[in-house]
Amino acid sequence: MSLRTVTPPDPETLLQGAPHRKRRQLRRAGESYGFLAPTLILLFVLMIVPIVMVIGYSFQDNVILKKSSEFTGTANYVTVLTDPAFWKATGNTVFFSTVSVAVHLVLGLTFAMLLNSPLISVTSRAVFRALYVLPWLFTAAVIAVLWRMLLSPNGIVNFLLNTDVEWLADPQLALGTVTFINIWAGYPFFMVSLLAGLQGIPQDLHEAASIDGASQVQRFWNVTIPQLRPIIISLLLLDLIWTSQQFALIWLTTGGGPIDVTEMLSTYTYKLAFANYDFSLAATAAVLILLMSLVLAVLYVRHQKARD
Amino acid sequence: MAMTTQRRTLLAKSGVLAGLILGAVFAAGPVLWMLSSSFKSNTEIFELPPRLLTNSFSFDAYAAILTNSETLRFFFNSYLVAGAVTILTLLVAIHAAYAFSRFEFRGKRVLNVVIISVQAVPPITLLIPYFGLVVGLGLYNTYPGLILTYMVFTLPYAIIMMTGYMNTLPRELDEAVRVDGAGSLTALWRVLVPISVPGIVSVGIYTFMIAWNEYLFALTLTRTTEMRTVPIGIQLLMGQHSYEWNQIMAMSILGSIPVLILFLVLQRFFITGLTAGAVKS
Repeated sequence: MSLRTVTPPDPETLLQGAPHRKRRQLRRAGESYGFLAPTLILLFVLMIVPIVMVIGYSFQDNVILKKSSEFTGTANYVTVLTDPAFWKATGNTVFFSTVSVAVHLVLGLTFAMLLNSPLISVTSRAVFRALYVLPWLFTAAVIAVLWRMLLSPNGIVNFLLNTDVEWLADPQLALGTVTFINIWAGYPFFMVSLLAGLQGIPQDLHEAASIDGASQVQRFWNVTIPQLRPIIISLLLLDLIWTSQQFALIWLTTGGGPIDVTEMLSTYTYKLAFANYDFSLAATAAVLILLMSLVLAVLYVRHQKARD
Repeated sequence: MAMTTQRRTLLAKSGVLAGLILGAVFAAGPVLWMLSSSFKSNTEIFELPPRLLTNSFSFDAYAAILTNSETLRFFFNSYLVAGAVTILTLLVAIHAAYAFSRFEFRGKRVLNVVIISVQAVPPITLLIPYFGLVVGLGLYNTYPGLILTYMVFTLPYAIIMMTGYMNTLPRELDEAVRVDGAGSLTALWRVLVPISVPGIVSVGIYTFMIAWNEYLFALTLTRTTEMRTVPIGIQLLMGQHSYEWNQIMAMSILGSIPVLILFLVLQRFFITGLTAGAVKS
């Protein structure tokens, strides 16, 4: 790149240039929509239309499979909202999501801090990081079959713990077990992001705190955590959004059973549609889930905009 | 005094190492067991006491998966769908990111909010109208049906990550070309895209991973065995050969290899790209 001498523009050319610039701006506005056109079309077809459709379905009967659908007002909402199974699924989803997300944070932060320790060599850091990231690289179907093997009555977990338990089939244990599997599968996302965050904290902040006599624990709470705060909030919200929508892991381990102890909002809705073929009720449940997610979405968007 | 400091460092170091090893067992133990089981015979998998290293090591389970036309078809489908989704998503996202990164236009903030919020729309909410749409358009049990629907999940991330990446590149680069008389499209493809390769690679990997791993829509929008993808294939294998754990594990490993390789080879690209978009402080 060549260095150019920058001369200040004289006012006259600036004035003359004004209408030109305006036209250029207009042309550029048109151009930007050209670049966005495929995105806008896809978002319209894949987001706006389906959301309008699903809301429409929720106020009708006999949708999708039968031609003779009719408007039924809020009847579907009454049916779903008075179904104890819906509330049971809501409770399970809340437990599964909040416990998973809380432990993801603790585990992700612990591993990130260990990996960031100056006491270990660069090579061992790389090796451990590669091992820690492993669960992230497997799809839910693989995670599900793997843990079904590990947790089977004559499997290795029961051998190591010297127990004889049906982890996924016992109504007392199943919800805790699927939550544990989800914890195993999900912490690397926190770990990778927090490790990047830790490496971005200026070293002199820690040094200044040390000089002021802060202990390691004090430095953690007064330097590390405040510096990571924006990342932590983003990760918590994003993980809460994803975990509350988890379907594959539940479907492939317990299918919502035994009885309904691991039934989530996603499996409940799926069964309404593809086991009972009641697409109207399924659409209603789907709209209710969308409304619940809206709360998280608003918090997330607000936080992301505040960070920019 | 010097002695205590040294001893304390040593103590801290062994503490950190012990923690790291404990974590590694938790993270990698199950994966190691999956790998080991794929080389065992089915009777040996549940033999007590369990052995990590088998004494009847064999590739039989892998051979069974790789010579079966049904399972090979799952791989073909997954590569085709994930590959097509990645290429299409990148094409659309590069243009959108260019607009977001370099242009000011009316509605930019609103559109930005829409794209961020798409991530919070539950897949199960979209599933029911998609099923209606895909059946209505005659795309049920077809590749285009899957490819098109996957883009709603891949596109928002791709645009956000790609915009984050382009924002880190100096504006002078592409503006210089434009001042010289070239159009915006030329500036994008001749200047920005070539220097964005690391960003494009990481966005591509992430997109491929999402598409390769997708389960719910693959389950619902396809019907015949010939149209199933790897995640559904693993489930089908589990149903048909519920006692052949070695084959199920071999299939799981083969089904994870594309993502593992992409990640291991391009780890550096991937993590920098991901954090450039996602982690901004």
